[in-house]
Amino acid sequence: MTQRFTGTEQYIATDELMMAVNAAIILARPLLIKGEPGTGKTQLAQEIARALGRPLYEWHIKSTSKAQQGLYEYDAVSRLRDSQLGEERVHDIRNYIIKGRLWEAFESETQPVLLIDEIDKADIEFPNDLLRELDRMEFYVYETRELIQARHRPIIVITSNNEKELPDAFLRRCFFHYIRFPDEATMRAIVGVHFPDLKKELLSEALTAFFDVRATPGLKKKPSTSELLDWIKLLVAEDIPPEALRSTDAKKTIPVLHGALLKNEQDVHLFEQLVFMHRRAR
Amino acid sequence: MLVQFFFELRRAGIPVSLTEFLMLLAALKARVAQVSALDFYYLARACLVKDERHYDRFDRVFAEVFHGAERLFAQLMAAVPQEWLRALGTRLFSEEEKQRVEALGGWEKLLETLRARLREQQERHQGGNKWIGTGGTSPFGSAGYNPEGVRVGGEARAGQRRAVKVWERREFQNLDDSVELGTRNLKLALRKLRKFAREGAAEELDLEGTIDATARNAGLLDLKLVPERHNAVKVLLFLDVGGSMDEHVRVCEELFSAARSEFKHLEHFYFHNFIYEHLWKDNARRFAQVTATERVLRTYGHDYRVILVGDASMSPYEITQPGGSIEHWNKEPGAVWLERLCATFPRLVWLNPESTQRWDYTPSVRITRELVRERMFPLTIAGLDEAIRELKRPLGGVAHIYGSAAATPVTQEHPPQVP
Repeated sequence: MTQRFTGTEQYIATDELMMAVNAAIILARPLLIKGEPGTGKTQLAQEIARALGRPLYEWHIKSTSKAQQGLYEYDAVSRLRDSQLGEERVHDIRNYIIKGRLWEAFESETQPVLLIDEIDKADIEFPNDLLRELDRMEFYVYETRELIQARHRPIIVITSNNEKELPDAFLRRCFFHYIRFPDEATMRAIVGVHFPDLKKELLSEALTAFFDVRATPGLKKKPSTSELLDWIKLLVAEDIPPEALRSTDAKKTIPVLHGALLKNEQDVHLFEQLVFMHRRAR
Repeated sequence: MLVQFFFELRRAGIPVSLTEFLMLLAALKARVAQVSALDFYYLARACLVKDERHYDRFDRVFAEVFHGAERLFAQLMAAVPQEWLRALGTRLFSEEEKQRVEALGGWEKLLETLRARLREQQERHQGGNKWIGTGGTSPFGSAGYNPEGVRVGGEARAGQRRAVKVWERREFQNLDDSVELGTRNLKLALRKLRKFAREGAAEELDLEGTIDATARNAGLLDLKLVPERHNAVKVLLFLDVGGSMDEHVRVCEELFSAARSEFKHLEHFYFHNFIYEHLWKDNARRFAQVTATERVLRTYGHDYRVILVGDASMSPYEITQPGGSIEHWNKEPGAVWLERLCATFPRLVWLNPESTQRWDYTPSVRITRELVRERMFPLTIAGLDEAIRELKRPLGGVAHIYGSAAATPVTQEHPPQVP
């Protein structure tokens, strides 16, 4: 019986997310995850690996990444050097084939979890170059003329930040899930697992302040879950009393330690102005 | 029913293919989803929709197709023994609530109301309570049948509150690409404009290629050169400021800020209502520092793509008559200047933030559309997509650039005339 993913003690998964993950596991198809930054896209793969007790292989994509790098690379330079030094190992080309993350995952003893992080950072052709590899879970090494096949089809989680459109042929092969920003109840649960002994009062004040900040119109970068968690960590570390967050009539115009929530000086400025106007209107 | 669902999705413009449909069937066969409508909804969405912009459309089709199917779940509910409800109630209700229940006429009466309500819903095919959606095989799941739910039922003899199903909430409405326009989506669309083209002579040492070739050459140096890679797209941006455009300024600024980071060659100019003989680069000093439009026409090459942003809503005289400008005396009508712009820059589009429904009622929009040869697009993601496709279309040939309207090679209505 295939295991089902139901979230972990550190990761709250919504029903819809669990459904998408389980469908991807059972049918052994890649799962494409999109969503606002900071909603736990990358973490999902780590948590799946942990919950199911599988090894995790992470492949972080950069703008210069090539699909080939995930499979293998042929280190021609060291072979050239070795040949000039007259080394013995130069005769076997296999010594110069460097395995990529995908190859490593294919060789895993148990079914692994493979994270392809931020696939949209790469060149537009990148996903297309991986079609066969993801579909058949095999690829061909031309230098040694061998076919590498996955021992167990890995659970593949792909994240995207929507910077580029992904090709249709690639999308067809994936399950897709868009992580929405959590509502207040889910948010409570998320904070709850990260700070189990947080004072109730502080939590509700912090959440109110947080959703207030998020609701500010015109913010360039809205704070997300990961920023909320950072902020609460700071509040706890500084031992801020809950009343300080409720300072409607105090001189403070903006929540303490707001630097964790607002990452842009224009946003801070905008927020200050709005709070100021709001106060004066009262 | 599923096949019908599939075709309804395609009709709604969601690009579903057979592969995905078979994937859904395979998932159903593998029992990924349990017996609840909500599970099925989540599964179908993960299989068939690959873009959050289509979530909203999917929701609408789903609601339409599976409207009646939910009755089945409701029938399951009607067969629930009374004792279950009672046991559940005693467990979940506080003392205070129990007293209130007594005040309402006791358990029997309350349950009576509840059942009546159930029947009623079944008959009206609404099945709209949340517990039917989330419940599935276990109708008493925490999501719906909590004390609050029962209390609503008890008190709601006056008015029925109907819980909305997940797919009826339309939470993804603002992700649909025909409505919203934020910086993020804008960037996405503008990226299409970016065309990484390797042009010109070989000029850059291809280090990797050289090493590779040398190594393959058994150590004999083999130099490889590649053309320098640069973003070849050049853009001229003309933005309408002031007047009727004020309400659209925010959208325009977003477009502008998005465009800024996209191109190496990007020049922007402001105009007011329509293009006349002067443009300006700094809106704060628009009267002090002006650039002659003629100079713009001379300075920038034909390979520049031109994007005009404006609502084109004004009095028609402002376009067609000399002296029609509301700010100054213009010797030549705006139409002439726009014609010149079109002639100099064969690849040109006009983006209009007004909704397309209003275009037909505004005479000045009609005139402008004629002037730019129907290359006016709404300022939505879909419109932008089309506009950019238009800008990317290959030109018929350089000879057409100075040609008359009929010979101008850039419109759909007037295809390039090859002699």
